Amino acid sequence: MSVSQGAHDPASAEEEAAIAGTGLLPRIAGRFGKTLFSLFVTLFGLLLVTFAIARLVPLDPALAVVGPRATQAQYEAARKEMGLDQPIPVQFVNYLSDVVRGDFGRSNLTSRPVIDDVRDAFPATLELATLATLLGVLLGVPAGVVSAVNQGRWPDHVLRVVGLLGYSMPVFWLGLIALLIFYGQLGWVGGPGQLDVSYELSYELDVTAYTGSILIDSALSGAWDVFANALTHIALPVFVLGYFSLAYISRMTRSFMLEQLGQEYVTAARVKGVPEGRVIWVHALGNAMVPLITVIALSYAALLEGSVLTETVFAWPGLGLYITQALFAADLNAVLGGTVVIGVAFIVLNLLSDLLYTVVDPRAR
Amino acid sequence: MTDEPLLEVENLRVRFETSRGVTEAVRGVSFQVGRERVGIVGESGSGKSMTGRSILRLIRPPGVATADRLMFSGIDLQALSERRMRAMRGRRIAMVMQDPKYSLNPVMRIGSQLVEALKVHERISKSKARERALQMLADVQIRDPERVLSAYPHELSGGMGQRVMIAMMLIPSPDLLIADEPTSALDVTVQLEVLRILDGLVKDRGMGLIFISHDLRLVSTFCDRVLVMYLGKIVEEIDASRLQDAEHPYTRGLLECLPAIGGSHEPLKVLKRDEAWA
Repeated sequence: MSVSQGAHDPASAEEEAAIAGTGLLPRIAGRFGKTLFSLFVTLFGLLLVTFAIARLVPLDPALAVVGPRATQAQYEAARKEMGLDQPIPVQFVNYLSDVVRGDFGRSNLTSRPVIDDVRDAFPATLELATLATLLGVLLGVPAGVVSAVNQGRWPDHVLRVVGLLGYSMPVFWLGLIALLIFYGQLGWVGGPGQLDVSYELSYELDVTAYTGSILIDSALSGAWDVFANALTHIALPVFVLGYFSLAYISRMTRSFMLEQLGQEYVTAARVKGVPEGRVIWVHALGNAMVPLITVIALSYAALLEGSVLTETVFAWPGLGLYITQALFAADLNAVLGGTVVIGVAFIVLNLLSDLLYTVVDPRAR
Repeated sequence: MTDEPLLEVENLRVRFETSRGVTEAVRGVSFQVGRERVGIVGESGSGKSMTGRSILRLIRPPGVATADRLMFSGIDLQALSERRMRAMRGRRIAMVMQDPKYSLNPVMRIGSQLVEALKVHERISKSKARERALQMLADVQIRDPERVLSAYPHELSGGMGQRVMIAMMLIPSPDLLIADEPTSALDVTVQLEVLRILDGLVKDRGMGLIFISHDLRLVSTFCDRVLVMYLGKIVEEIDASRLQDAEHPYTRGLLECLPAIGGSHEPLKVLKRDEAWA
């Protein structure tokens, strides 16, 4: 008796130490601090890269400003004004201090400060990507679960084919076809752009720009007619992007769920007599959520930067469209400004998914 | 009372039908269990775990379990609807599994998992359920039940985890417990203690126990009766106390390939296997 008791002691001392150390808040705070540090390093790297690109591309920003018919003196003056005559490290420091103050320079295309352009365009992209991700999660996760539970039977096959279609259809094609049918033929939804032309005036008059997002601002201002119209316009692009996100999320959910359903704790739950629905949606999905968070964050980030095609097809005045137009016009400031904003959005999403991780997975705390 | 067996199994078979053909994991097994401790011994792949799981009707496709008779205290388990069967699981028949690292849900607190085992079978208030969970943890000799209740599985050691597993399976007071290699994943030093706790609880509560293991010596010191399985069949059934008189060459082989302290220094015998036995 005493032998087994003695043998057990070291193990339980360790256990108690482990249990005692569950100071949740300090641990999350420590993690947060570390993440914050890596965030700054990443941000610095991002700025370094964008700066390098700006100096490496065979485009002369000074020439772009003064035009091809300027005299040598005018050109030199422009160069001096833009700081391009300074040594490269000095230029980088200047760039950094400008960016920190939110100054990305002026866009040649719109003649406005890039930061103002981005401030207008980003909410439109954010609105689209957020609603599309929401659609992708709300439909994709259940679809993936149902697929996994019915592995190899018809619901699985149907859902996988639907997902594969979303994966393989080019977004711009799907967008055009959807416009043709639901806007052109049936007239169920609004066409390209964020609002009907007839609503643009009332948007200007009735809606206060709290956030820059038409849906949120019009709801906050109580302009429900504008809200409803904006909704009919955003429906199609959200559907097209959301379909893509749904396909990806359901596929990943399916494979994570298959992995979890084969685990012993799932059998243990069944042994206890837990109803199958709870076994699947609480036990297995609770564990599948851990890797799923990363997948959802990645897909969200991809929509933030990658909705260029959708924005073009739907004439959606978002960041993707802005950067593409700037790229074609060799508007370097605008391209870099947009790139930095997307980079920052990426970093913030990463931070958020890291934080969510600690909420869902006790082992990550 | 003890005359009528708790569990009667007749001609139990478990088949796996895959695209590459049919594999029979259990091939016609019959036995009875009363309120006693029965050991099932065999090497890996002998079908002992599948036998345990088919009693709970937890063989998942593509596996199929059939039996001529599968009676549990007068109830035909095979005839039950899935709903009625679920009411049997946990409440009347429970199972302790091998490794608490995998058999406890890693993202759920120990307390929630214990209370869940109770709540699926009885309407019980939160505080009552919590009280029962604390009592149960104390019964498996966990020293600080309050703290363990709010801990997550990864915060426990193997021995502690397995005691939690036993507590979780015994909390609705089942009549029959299947212990499927309950100590194989534990350190040798902790094994005996966990076994002692399990044995004490089974005795106190007068439950039936099916103890599945590959360790013949362990089973023989711990059980009343031993079934030796080989290739999906029971090759010998013998009282644990009479194990030294075992007649079947496979059982003898299992006994002879164990080293004995102070025994002869000859090389151990190699276990003989013959497909004809099965």
